[in-house]
Amino acid sequence: MATASAVLSKERAAKPLRSPRSARRRKLLLADIAGLSPTMVLYGAFILVPVVFALFLSFTSWDVVGKLQWVGFANWSRFFSDSGAHHALFVTLELAGLSWLVETPLAMALGLFIAGTQRYRQVYAAIYLVPLLLSTAGIALMWSGVLTPAFGGLAWFSTHLNLGFLDRNWLGSPSLALYVVVAIIAWQFVPFHALIYQAGRRAIPAEIYDAALVDGASLSQTFRYVTLPQLRYTIVTSSTLIVVGSLTYFDIIFILTQGGPGDTTRVLSLDMYDTGFLQTEFGYASVLAVVLAVIGIAVALALIRITGFGKMDSGREGIW
Amino acid sequence: MSSTGVASTTVGTAAASSAAAARTVRARRPRRRRVGAVGANPVARTVAFVLATVWLVIVLFPIYYMVLASLRTQGEYLSGDPWLPVGGLSLSSYGTVFSATGLGTDFRNSTVVTVATIILVVLFSLGAAYRIVRRGSRFAAVSFRLILFGLAVPIQAIIIPIFIFCVKLHIYDTLLAVVLAASASLIAVAVLLMVNYLRAIPRELFDAMSVDGAGEWTTFTRLVWPLARPVLGVVSIFAGLGAWNNFLIPLILTQSNSNTVLPVGLFRVASTSEYGIDVPVVMGAVLLSVLPLVLLYIGLRRQFVAGLGGLAIR
Repeated sequence: MATASAVLSKERAAKPLRSPRSARRRKLLLADIAGLSPTMVLYGAFILVPVVFALFLSFTSWDVVGKLQWVGFANWSRFFSDSGAHHALFVTLELAGLSWLVETPLAMALGLFIAGTQRYRQVYAAIYLVPLLLSTAGIALMWSGVLTPAFGGLAWFSTHLNLGFLDRNWLGSPSLALYVVVAIIAWQFVPFHALIYQAGRRAIPAEIYDAALVDGASLSQTFRYVTLPQLRYTIVTSSTLIVVGSLTYFDIIFILTQGGPGDTTRVLSLDMYDTGFLQTEFGYASVLAVVLAVIGIAVALALIRITGFGKMDSGREGIW
Repeated sequence: MSSTGVASTTVGTAAASSAAAARTVRARRPRRRRVGAVGANPVARTVAFVLATVWLVIVLFPIYYMVLASLRTQGEYLSGDPWLPVGGLSLSSYGTVFSATGLGTDFRNSTVVTVATIILVVLFSLGAAYRIVRRGSRFAAVSFRLILFGLAVPIQAIIIPIFIFCVKLHIYDTLLAVVLAASASLIAVAVLLMVNYLRAIPRELFDAMSVDGAGEWTTFTRLVWPLARPVLGVVSIFAGLGAWNNFLIPLILTQSNSNTVLPVGLFRVASTSEYGIDVPVVMGAVLLSVLPLVLLYIGLRRQFVAGLGGLAIR
């Protein structure tokens, strides 16, 4: 289609010259608008504008019914002296850290296991994924049945097998509740992360293992010097998802403990929900929401920057 | 946060294409790959097997408990053995679920929301991904950047503005609000899944189409749509799981019993005094709510795994 017209359209791009090239461009732009605007309108209205609006709301005082008032940094200074919110922030970070500690080794071990192509391992893998089909609400209710004191499934072991330590008020005990929540979240999400590790392990070329075998590497040496370094990007992916996911965890805690007993499992997202939707303090709740988002994005960015991971990935070019 | 996870290996391996994109797309059967010689050590193998079986038991025991408990009456549940099927079994709790709890309506609502969300997400994201892959204009490039930015935003952080927005639009407490918000929360990942997949279509095919005088619409219907079909299934499952199991969005955006979806309905049943203590009814309700997904999973395991991989992009 001629270099001449290309030069021309470059020279006078601004003029309404109807060269075949600029007509083609207009057509492409119209097609782009037609193809993208449904997504962008929906996405803009429900995701992008709310991001800006959440930030705006954090400087206001509003209960939806009354008048919106600009209060400057009042909400923010309240946050910095609100010990309840600080505690919620601490519990949130504790939950994220514990989840990472529990889920990462389990998911890696299981992922390596189901990366094997043996038939029975594939059957195991298929069953491992079943928790991912259940809704979080369903999982919470299921576990509340298992953990019910006296009548529940675990309590049975204490009476019949003399395992007295299993009959406890699992979700009602301030010293246990958070750990029980971590365990249930692990039950739900370890299979998913195992799936990530399975894919990571399968992407490692078999030749490297052949070489290690020839060199007489032991099993633990192979893991230490081949598998682990080869999985580094998988570890970053999975860890980011675990940490960011736990930071915003809401459903299970809302259903199982409502933040209790006391405030031992009261995470930031629950604090935000209570402040916003029960006490209708949308301004202050927006502060908590913004804090939640900023921490989540910061953790994700930090993990990705530290490991230089972003450069490796073509799926997300341009944002990090 | 990344497509290096499951998504790219399941969806993206098809991307390793050459001239014959159509053939690549069809050749997506799972081959037995050689993963490297590790397990030669019988002791290590046995240990691995034992530990993996322990996790299998951990996965299954609460589900087994739930199934058994759902087959009891309230009285049998309290007196019977929670782990062994002795002391009387019945289906009466399922009858109660259907007749008394109102979950039938929730079931219907969930179906409506899920189907509508799937349609919206699949159509919108396919159109968007096609234009992004074509790299036609700056508008497409900017849109893609905005979509990628939104991936990092947790829904909890923007649920208050979404709620206010729905109130002001007068769609609060309607299924439409749930569909729109759920679709918006799923669409970024859907676009990314589709873009990763459509990138596999070689540029030459697009060029050949335009040399033949095909416009953008013809290119879409003749080239992109037929080639994209496998990924449409993956995105549907991803969107369907997200819509069916979502809790926070319908919790915030609906209120009346006639607009409740299943996860919220389950919570409501369990927290009323009438059924909250009736464990068999609650367990039966949970099982019924997951049944459609289990049936689909049995039939479409490969697509499910790829669809679950969509979560890895978050």
